[in-house]
Formats: sequence, structure tokens, C-alpha cells
Amino acid sequence: MEEMVILESIERYIRGEMLPEERIFFEELRKNNPGVDQMVVEHTDFLHRMENFGERKSLKATIQDIHNQLSETGQIKISQEPKVIRPWLRYRKVIGVAASIAGITALGITGMVTYFSSKTANKSLEDLSRKVFILGGNMTTLSDRLKEDSSKTPAPAQPAFKLGGTGFLIDPKGYIVTNAHVIDNASTVIVQNNKGQEFKTRIIYVNPIADLAFLKIMDSDYKVPALIPYGMNKSNVDLGEEIFTLGYPRDEIVYGEGYLSAKTGFRGDTLACQISIAANPGNSGGPVLDKNGDVIGILSNRQAQAQGVVFAIRSKYILSALEEIKSDTAYADIRLPQPSAVKNLDRIQQIKKIQEFIYMVKSY
Amino acid sequence: MTTDSNEQALLMGLANNERGAIEAIYRNHYSMVKTLVVSNSGTADDARDVFQEALIVLYEKARSGSFELHSQLKTYIYAVCRRLWLKRLQFDRKFSVDLANAEETASIEEDIEKYELRSCDFELMEKAMESLGEPCKALLESYYLQKKKMVEIAREFGYTNADNAKNQKYKCLMRLKKIFFGHYKKP
Repeated sequence: MEEMVILESIERYIRGEMLPEERIFFEELRKNNPGVDQMVVEHTDFLHRMENFGERKSLKATIQDIHNQLSETGQIKISQEPKVIRPWLRYRKVIGVAASIAGITALGITGMVTYFSSKTANKSLEDLSRKVFILGGNMTTLSDRLKEDSSKTPAPAQPAFKLGGTGFLIDPKGYIVTNAHVIDNASTVIVQNNKGQEFKTRIIYVNPIADLAFLKIMDSDYKVPALIPYGMNKSNVDLGEEIFTLGYPRDEIVYGEGYLSAKTGFRGDTLACQISIAANPGNSGGPVLDKNGDVIGILSNRQAQAQGVVFAIRSKYILSALEEIKSDTAYADIRLPQPSAVKNLDRIQQIKKIQEFIYMVKSY
Repeated sequence: MTTDSNEQALLMGLANNERGAIEAIYRNHYSMVKTLVVSNSGTADDARDVFQEALIVLYEKARSGSFELHSQLKTYIYAVCRRLWLKRLQFDRKFSVDLANAEETASIEEDIEKYELRSCDFELMEKAMESLGEPCKALLESYYLQKKKMVEIAREFGYTNADNAKNQKYKCLMRLKKIFFGHYKKP
């Protein structure tokens, strides 16, 4: 209770509400009593703090009130117009990192693409042999299967071959000419005629530079035909001359026709000539015949970056290769076919006669 | 000259808690501060807080009486808000903001420090008041802040006489002091 009276006196003292004689008395008390003096100081300080508190509180209220009023009347805008800018500012580091990763990735991919594609781009000539990829299986399993097949049942074997092309008979005794790249590194070469019969062959001559190879059918099933209907055209052919070919870009024999478009082959190769014909992998080694049904060349490859640019090895190089083979007495009896026997027939008849002398060449 | 005296008048008005003056300052300078805060990864609410704090800084400076406006009011408000916002960013994000132009803002720095000290007091008092509960809070506010007479308060709060109200007020004040200084010593 005592304290309460003192406190009230202090408050009145601070506010200056005391009467003069009362005030003198109180100041005397303050002087003589340090406890009271201490209380005066402390309470003054506290009241001051409360004063500040009150002031600021009312100021805050006023300000907030004004803010609300002004924003309601639209005199200040509350909405955030430059909102678009904020995500960018906030995430610019992340965006920067992402962008650099994307950039590096793009550069890497570009580098890889150019690195790998440059290798293939160098190869401007494309061999037209049919490449068949085998995932497993090698020659031993293959020969096992062949043995099995022959011992058990005569059903046609369907072993996987790694390269495929076309070849054609040049001597009824079973001599076949094809491209060297068709039988590239092959250990066994099997040929198949348009009826699906398969014959074992032996490679008797390979010249990778001229890209020519000769095979001899070594099979007891092979029946020697009386006559090969097409002949060999040894003379030069003229530009624009109509030509046709037969080959095995697929398992079926396929006919294609075109014209002679240049007298030399790739980069001025005089060994070959350029023809314009639809040729696909598998056509390699097929005969290129003129309208009379005479062989003017052997289809070998095409230019990789150009459309319809196909090259054929001229028939006279087949002849010169043959001369080389004939120096071996074992093959001295090879006789080239007589001039064409289908000269005056129409194309359909010509094909009918010719097709059975065209073989699919399968290399293992 | 007219702008100077105009601004001086506004400050006087602010010091006396005049609504018109505050409103004028608000209308003239708020959008500037909002642009500053919003374009520096703040929101409109942040802008409002910063601006209101700056107004209080200004208010206290004006009240201290020693205030002379060396620069334009606009410049001062901008500098204070910029400083406050940078501090806030630093505090929130825990990353160091380059507090450049230290000399330029030296006087402002002082003002802000004073303001922050008082804010601390203010918050303590507010907390103490809140924990006091009713009717103590209302009683003290009526007497000390609204400066009402004890007789008036007794009538309002339903005490039979002013002495009872006085008694009650005394108890409340003691509690408030206890709470306030109890908090005060802790930090």
C-alpha cells in the first residue's frame, strides 16, 4: 500500500500536478531517501517507455489506416506489375547452370556427330553387296548344320549368310562371275538359282583391284545347261544406250532397267562405266545387259552421296580376267557364251530365258 | 524554396501524428519504394512494411526536434528504405549483400540504429501488454496512453469508485513492470 502511494506521488510529481509546498516536501523526501529517488528515476524511465509505445502504436495504426484507404481508393497500387521479372531474378543462377549444361551437352553431341559422321562420309563409294548381320553362329555350327541337313532330310537349309550378291553363268559347265567384294573373306560360297536350288561352289579366282571373282559350281545336283542365252558385248557401248539388269537385292530375282550415262566410272575409272539404274545392296555382281541381251558389264557399286549413280565393270575386263584364269590348265576349257540367242525377242521373253542363269551368291 | 518549406511542414505534421501529412507523404513516395523493393526480389507486402518502418524512422527523427532535412525528403526516404530492405534481405537469405556507399548512408545508419533499439522496446512492451490480458491492458492503456481521468475510467470499467480503479491500476502496472523487465533482462 505504501508503495502505491509513493508511486502515485511520483506520477503526479512527473506530470507536475503537485502543489508547490507538496512538491518541496517530495523533493526533500527524494534527497533524503535514496530508495524513493531510485523509484522516481525508474518509474520516469518506464513511463517514458510506455509513452513511446503508445505513440508508436497509434502512429502505426494511422499509417496502416492510410495505407488501406489509399489502396482502396486506388491512389497507390498494390498489385505487382513487374511480376514477370521476379522468377527470373530468383532463379537466374539455376537457369544459368541449366543453360550451361544444355550448351555443353549440345556441343558434345555436335562434336560426336561430326566425329563419327566424318568417317562414313569419307566412303563415297558404296558396295552393293547385301550385308547380313549374324549375331551368333560361326562356320563350325554352319557346317554341322549342313551335314545334319544332308544326312537327315533334303529339306533346304536356311543358314545365315553374311554377305549376299548376284552372279551369272559365263560357261554352262558352272563358271560364275561376280564381284570380289561379294565374296570378301568368305570361307564358303553358295549360289542359289531363281528356283531356289542351292549349289556349293569353289572360288577359283579373286581380283580385288578389278573387283572380279569367279566361282565354279561343285555340286552333283547341278545340271549343265545346253546353252547360255546371252553373249558378251566386247565392243564399246554408247551413251544413252538402253540397258537392263537382273539381280537379287532380296530373295527374289529383281529386274531393273536404265541407260548408260557415262563412259567412265568413279573419278574417271576407265575400268568401269556409269549407268543410271535403280540398284540396291544385293545387286552387286549382276550382269548389265544391252537391249540385245549381251552382257556389257557387271554391276559393282554406286556413289554414296549421289542419286542413281551406279557403276559397272566393263565386260572386256571380265574377258581379260578370264585369260588370266585360262593360263591355269585346269580351267583352260572355259568357253565364253556365243553371241546372244535372245537378240530379237522382246524384253519379257529375254528375261524368261536369262533369269535361270542368274544366281544369288551367298558368302559365309 | 516552396518545396523545402512544404516538406518541413509535412515533417512537422508527421511529428504531431497528423493524418493529412502522413497521407501526403504516403501518396508522394510509396510507389517509388514499392518499385525499389519489388524489383529487388520483394513483394508488395514487403514494400509496405519497409515503407511504414521508414515512416516511423522519419517520425522519430522529426520528433527528436534536432532534425534538419539536408536532402530532399524523397532522397532520405529512398535511402532509409534501401538500407532497411538490404538488411532484411541479408537477414532472410543469409547471404551478404554488398552494402556499398557506407559514407553516404552514415547518418541514416545512425537513425536506423536508434529506430531498431526503440523497436526492440516497442516489441517487448507489446508482448508484455499482450500477456497482461484484459482488463489490465485496457485499464493501463486508458490511463497512461489515452490519459483518461481515473474517475472516468472507474465509470467505464464499472468500478464503484476511483480509488478501487486506482488500486486495480496499480496492481496491473506492477505486473506489467515485472513482465517487461523480466523479458528485458533475458536478451
